[in-house]
Amino acid sequence: MNAAIAIQLGQAVLVVLLAPLFAGWVNQCRAWLQNRRGPGMLQPYRVLRKLFHKDAVLAHRASFLFRATPYIRFGCMVLAAYIIPTLASGLPISPAADVIALVGIFALGRVFMALAAMDIGTAFGTMGARREMLVAFLAEPALLMVFFTPALISQSTSLSTIVHTLAYQPFVIHPGLAFAAIAFLMVLLAENARLPIDNPATHLELTMIHEALVLEYSARHLALMDWASNLKLLAYATMGLALFAPWGIARTIDGPSLWLALACLPVKLAVAGAALALLETLSAKLRIFRAPEFLAMAFLLAVLGLLTHVLLEGAA
Amino acid sequence: MALEGSQLAIALVLVGGLHWFAVGMAGLAVPQSLFWIARILFPLGALGGLAVAAGGVVALPQEPAAAILPLGLPDLPFHVRVDALSAFFLVLLGIAAVGVSIFSAGYFRAGQGTAPGLLCVQYHVFLASMALVLVADDAYLFMVAWETMALSSYFLVTSNHRMPEIRRAGFIYLLIAHVGAVAILLSYGVLQAGQGDYVFSSMRAHAPQGAWASTAFVLALFGFGAKAGLLPLHVWLPEAHPAAPSPVSALMSGVMLKTAIYGLLRVTFDLLGAPQWWWGVLILVLGLLTAVFGAMFAAVQTDMKRLLAYSSIENIGVVLIAIGLATTFRAYSMPLLAALALTAALYHCINHALFKSLLFLATGSVLHSTKERNLGKLGGLVHSMPSVAFFALIGALAIAGVPPLNGFVSEWLLLQAFLATPSLPNSYLNMLIPLGAAALTLSAGLAGYVMVKFYGVIFLGQPREPALAHAHDAGWLERLGMAWLVAGCVALGLLPLKIVAILDPVNSLLLAQTLSETAGRSGWLFITVLAPERASYSPLIVFCGMLSVVAATFLAVRFRYGGRVRRSDPWDCGHPGLTPRMQDTAEGFGQPIKQIFEPMFRIERQLPTPFDERPVYRATADDHFWYWAYLPVARLTERVSRWIGVLQHGRISLYLLYSLATLVVLLLVVS
Amino acid sequence: MSASLATQLVNLFASLLLLIAFAMLAQRRVLSLIHLFAWQGAVLALNTALVAFVTHQHHLYYSALLTLILKVILLPWILHRLIDKLNVRWDVETLVNIPTTMLIGVGLVIIGFNVAMPISHLSETVTRGTLGIALASVLLSFMMLITRRKAVPQVIGFLAMENGLFFAATSATYGMPLVVELGVALDVLVGTFIFGIFTFHLREAFDSLDIEHIEKLKER
Repeated sequence: MNAAIAIQLGQAVLVVLLAPLFAGWVNQCRAWLQNRRGPGMLQPYRVLRKLFHKDAVLAHRASFLFRATPYIRFGCMVLAAYIIPTLASGLPISPAADVIALVGIFALGRVFMALAAMDIGTAFGTMGARREMLVAFLAEPALLMVFFTPALISQSTSLSTIVHTLAYQPFVIHPGLAFAAIAFLMVLLAENARLPIDNPATHLELTMIHEALVLEYSARHLALMDWASNLKLLAYATMGLALFAPWGIARTIDGPSLWLALACLPVKLAVAGAALALLETLSAKLRIFRAPEFLAMAFLLAVLGLLTHVLLEGAA
Repeated sequence: MALEGSQLAIALVLVGGLHWFAVGMAGLAVPQSLFWIARILFPLGALGGLAVAAGGVVALPQEPAAAILPLGLPDLPFHVRVDALSAFFLVLLGIAAVGVSIFSAGYFRAGQGTAPGLLCVQYHVFLASMALVLVADDAYLFMVAWETMALSSYFLVTSNHRMPEIRRAGFIYLLIAHVGAVAILLSYGVLQAGQGDYVFSSMRAHAPQGAWASTAFVLALFGFGAKAGLLPLHVWLPEAHPAAPSPVSALMSGVMLKTAIYGLLRVTFDLLGAPQWWWGVLILVLGLLTAVFGAMFAAVQTDMKRLLAYSSIENIGVVLIAIGLATTFRAYSMPLLAALALTAALYHCINHALFKSLLFLATGSVLHSTKERNLGKLGGLVHSMPSVAFFALIGALAIAGVPPLNGFVSEWLLLQAFLATPSLPNSYLNMLIPLGAAALTLSAGLAGYVMVKFYGVIFLGQPREPALAHAHDAGWLERLGMAWLVAGCVALGLLPLKIVAILDPVNSLLLAQTLSETAGRSGWLFITVLAPERASYSPLIVFCGMLSVVAATFLAVRFRYGGRVRRSDPWDCGHPGLTPRMQDTAEGFGQPIKQIFEPMFRIERQLPTPFDERPVYRATADDHFWYWAYLPVARLTERVSRWIGVLQHGRISLYLLYSLATLVVLLLVVS
Repeated sequence: MSASLATQLVNLFASLLLLIAFAMLAQRRVLSLIHLFAWQGAVLALNTALVAFVTHQHHLYYSALLTLILKVILLPWILHRLIDKLNVRWDVETLVNIPTTMLIGVGLVIIGFNVAMPISHLSETVTRGTLGIALASVLLSFMMLITRRKAVPQVIGFLAMENGLFFAATSATYGMPLVVELGVALDVLVGTFIFGIFTFHLREAFDSLDIEHIEKLKER
């Protein structure tokens, strides 16, 4: 039991510390693909360090909500890091939240971020909040629907059980998962403010969503917000790996399987990050009103995955 | 001992009801004294709520207990009975009534429409009639109580009757309430199956079969649906809720809609025998449409109480989805899954009673302190009304369905019920149910959007009107009332296993199946579905984990980097002069929804031309149903009545001639 | 190769077919439509080859080869040339917006599968579960045929419909006799040529490829 708790803590700490590195890796890959040299993979750490050392500037009208939000959002993402089986499944805290609760935890962070953006009462803040919620109200159901296909396959909504079923049962091809994987990728891009929906590199106000939301934040608050965003990206990546490439995640808590998991994780994340960068480089930003269409397609694809599963495997 | 307990429950409920009645009548003693009415009678009314809730809590685990009241017509005494189903709804009524009554004690002020004494009578009669609806054991008492409830709430809705639009709202409400009541009456007529006995026990014993059962079901669905705001019958809700004083809106939305759910459950699960599978599908589909429709319309509203009214429609839709699933599972004899879905429905009922009442009360405080209902003229109230803003934040988060609050628990249970759907023996159903889950998640996503809009526009940002600077926080009674409901939201959110155990007698009564055994397989911290490895959720761990991470982060950052803060103006992109008018309006917030779901709304836009001296932009998003269903019916009625009006000449002898002719014709027919 | 793995693979190909059919329904660009059509042909060819391998029916290898040549290489090439000549690489306008189209598509899938279910129960082949999906993709292509207003996407819709039928034939009865298949292939080829010529004439007559112009031809 103690070992399990130690691994649980270790997994969370590892994810929290790795998150900026993963974001740095994606950015570095993007730079390489665009024939730039890039700032290096450690740049997010430097940014965080710089931000933490600065004095915070708050708008006059900022309320308690504005100051509490960075901590709450960071807390949500750390909690997600506890629950998602990154290294090992079946850890002590993982039964506290299944995939539906996980979506709820992400929603909690998002609602607070949108409210904080409206708190100051600037045009950009409210516009960002509106756009964020616009993306979210479609992305959230899409994500739930994505989860439902593996949930039906493994007869469980617990991520640990899903990983067990997909990785350690005799290998079966689940066509429904193909649909779900594409939908998940679309949701990942939308939810993490990546390219077809939002451009993480831009500071041009009219095209941005995420940057408009955090425009008023500075110093340690901004650092926490950025770190939380990095964590969210990594959380989505590890969720995707758990659902669609669960091989290597330790099932039992013993030395060899944990070392295997520790060896698999960087490889899988490196590949996933590079693929993400490639995908972003290949796509162009959509107009804001194409975004709901993009997400509606993700939603319908996920539903279709569910249907395909019911059609092909449900009857059997 | 068991008998004593159940009799005690009935006694408590009746005492509570009588107490409400007495308090109401006491209001007539000094009808103009605000102190007597508000400070003394309304808190006393809250005590009645406690009695009713206590009666419900006592009755829940007991066997059903019945009594005959020495009231009513000769040979037709009133039968009352408290079983687990009515006990649950009594608890709901009592808990919500306590909060709303305490709030009302601080809310009602002099000089608004109806005299305070009259208001007090109507309010307490409304409460008492709802309690009576829940304990009625014959159709006769049920209808009397039902109509009393409709009438008293009608008077409450029109308490500000000097405004024509409020009279109109009241009229629509009364009309639909009566059309619904007629349908319920007819349904009971079918249910008594020629026995001539309108006591529920006799209906239960002689449940109609086949087509008659379906007729009774459809009539009941129509009748109770009209009260609950089911899709084509929802139009009264967004009119009546904003018109009523806020505590009344809270009661109507939080509790009265649930009496309709109670009636539907009573007829479908108790009085009628085994259901047919398409009943469940009908409820499910209507519930899905209602939920998505309500959420969509809530997103485009600009009046805060209308927004909440549409959100009520959405929540009723969610409850109906769960009931539809439960009925379907019951029809295919899958009692465990039916119990899961039914638990989700009941859980959502009590959740909605708490958070919707809370939000309506919060809008009441906002209304009192700013005199504004229009979202476009509010904003920034978090600074001037901090406690109301805090309570409303909890309510908004709960209704948006985020953990660890209560709205999430019922949503979670319902989604689990969807996912637990094994292969039903009907292939179309098997494929439609994932689509149902999709529609449900969509409405849940929209609910989050709506709540960010609601909360953000009212409480955050800069005040949109200069007058808002004088807004003041709510008084202590109002705050106490809201705090009571907030406590309920938090408790329901953090202790789901306890609540499921409390709800379980309803499952065993209606489905002969309990859920708490499978729900508690992982210990008291977790709520599980069917098996621990299948799905589990522990709000307490989520909450404590969150709290500890937040606290640790905060302390670490404070300790390591200090807490220095410099205040400054917000970033204005180099254009000085940031005014409150630059914020998003409520219309702006609703605009994307309007654009995405454009065919669903009847949109009328008035766009300015470049040459307008005073450009005006106006856009309304109306309900198609009003134009497609209601206006044609109204026109038809008018035409028919004009046609019949030909018979009227105003001469008495002519009318007597009609009577004579009718009599003669009838005699001829009979002979 | 075990029978169950073969069934799973065929199921996978079936859902890929469905996925591509949906992607076509959602696609706005003509060029991408042609690429998707080529991919659909490739999936079809692979599936046919797989069925041939599992059931040892050699004539299916020929039909797989035929599919590869005709639907992956020849027809996309013709279509490429067509849009180059006509200079119509722009976005396709749809009559109904895309999410709605896809929603209707989901409904069609449900209907298609339920209609095909009794027939699939009769069939004894390893691939019987996919009949519903084949029918669904036929219906989806039909839907695309209806919702597109330009001529070239309609041609692609027609060809995709034939793909669905072909898949149905493979999955239900291990393919049609080779002669029939050759005839159908020829028909499709000729049909495409005729469509090509037709679109040229359409443009000459109305200076547009919008098929709504054909409405003008009716007698009043």
